[in-house]
Amino acid sequence: MKPGKRYLLSAAGLAGFLLLWEGIAQSGWFEAHLLPPPSTLPATLLSEIRLGIWQDMVWASLRHYSIGFVIGSVLGVTLGVSVALFPKVEASQAWLARIFRPIPPLAWIPFAIIWFGISETAAAFIISIGIFWINYFTAMTAVLAVDKDLIEVARAFGHRSMFALLRKVIMPGAAPGILSGIRTGLGQGWMTVVAAELFGIPGIGQRMIEASGLLASEVVVLYMFSIAFLYGVSDYIFVRIQSKVLEWQR
Amino acid sequence: MATVIQTENLAVSFDGVTPVFEGLTLAIEKGEFVSLVGVSGAGKSTLLRVIADLIPAFKGSVRVDTPNDPTRRAIAMVFQAANLMPWRSVEDNITLGLEGIDVSDRLKKERVRWTLDLVGLGAYADRWPYQLSGGQQQRIGIARALAVDPDILLMDEPFGSLDAITRNALQDELLQIWKETGKSILFVTHDIEEAVYLGDRVLLLGGEPAHIINEYSIGIERAERRESEAFLRKVEKVRGGLQHAINATPSAH
Repeated sequence: MKPGKRYLLSAAGLAGFLLLWEGIAQSGWFEAHLLPPPSTLPATLLSEIRLGIWQDMVWASLRHYSIGFVIGSVLGVTLGVSVALFPKVEASQAWLARIFRPIPPLAWIPFAIIWFGISETAAAFIISIGIFWINYFTAMTAVLAVDKDLIEVARAFGHRSMFALLRKVIMPGAAPGILSGIRTGLGQGWMTVVAAELFGIPGIGQRMIEASGLLASEVVVLYMFSIAFLYGVSDYIFVRIQSKVLEWQR
Repeated sequence: MATVIQTENLAVSFDGVTPVFEGLTLAIEKGEFVSLVGVSGAGKSTLLRVIADLIPAFKGSVRVDTPNDPTRRAIAMVFQAANLMPWRSVEDNITLGLEGIDVSDRLKKERVRWTLDLVGLGAYADRWPYQLSGGQQQRIGIARALAVDPDILLMDEPFGSLDAITRNALQDELLQIWKETGKSILFVTHDIEEAVYLGDRVLLLGGEPAHIINEYSIGIERAERRESEAFLRKVEKVRGGLQHAINATPSAH
């Protein structure tokens, strides 16, 4: 399929969906708060912006998200790489990882609140957990998959210390895997950010719960799309960076 | 002539019990081109790796005697697969061995230019490895080894995976480079014609545990080697020796 045609069909799909949604919402089969028509969204957005709420909520969520993302990614990649490189580190954490990895990030919410209160730290903590495990696992796998022959080449050409091998072969070789893990974490982070805020930590999630309590469902829908938008922007930026870093791949 | 590589009763073992080869003694003279053929599993590649100090000797010793020059490396290796680092451009692949030795940026550039010209890929410095054919990648593998201006080149079946035409071309290029640079070369191959065509001598590795069981001096002018009577006779002789060694090695069947 030509790219132009693909574009057109994708746009038609979206337009069709919006029209269908608008039609059903306008038909009067449901009460307005059960299915707010999409045509109300621009006005809702404008009013939220005018009240300063949209900016505040998005900014707050972005903050939780960024802190959790950075901490989770850095720790996850570091531990994942160490586990892959050092058998003793691997062995000493093997059972711990088995126990803690399956616990979903949201199961940490009670402790996040007990330890940190209803605070930004609590939200960032919950977000970082999911991101940590994703990066831990993909970084470990990526390092283990680095071509052993290339490590031999580096050694043969004089790069023999662990540090030199890390710099010349292991990290560049593992970069595609590590970056794809970070990208997965980028998406996972947006999923947990909302859940973490449902408990009253200021941000998009909290505003959604507040709006649903007032039956202002068009506000809920607005923030749902705001998350999609924020995810889209962050993923787009990341993919741009990623393809620049990995331009050596065919 | 000075001896550049000398092994004395060398043995290598991966499990610390069974040796891959044992009692292996050989000497390579400065400027010599030595081919190494042998029964499969006898440890041809392993021998190169002990000499390059990539794996330790189990018994015996390896002595590499080359002048100490901080701008060069004593030994460089060319591998069976080119094994270029895919995230480095052609130029940066060639400079891999120059990182960590005392080479100025200017000298680095010079070495890249010189080696790329030697292997006939002068215009390829900025390419990524995936943009090269198999034969071109192998040429860059050779350039990467030559860039450290080594006294000794260890080559592990470098042309084994190439088509016949590319392979013949690269053999002649290698001979040309060898004549121009005067390097000592130890060349592992499973192709007897290649071994006889390239080497001053051909060493035969076999037996159980393996060691150098025979050595053939070629003594034919290189210009007359391809397809000449004397060349074909020599190839047959080495082939006979290898066949004999295989028959005598139960595990090689």
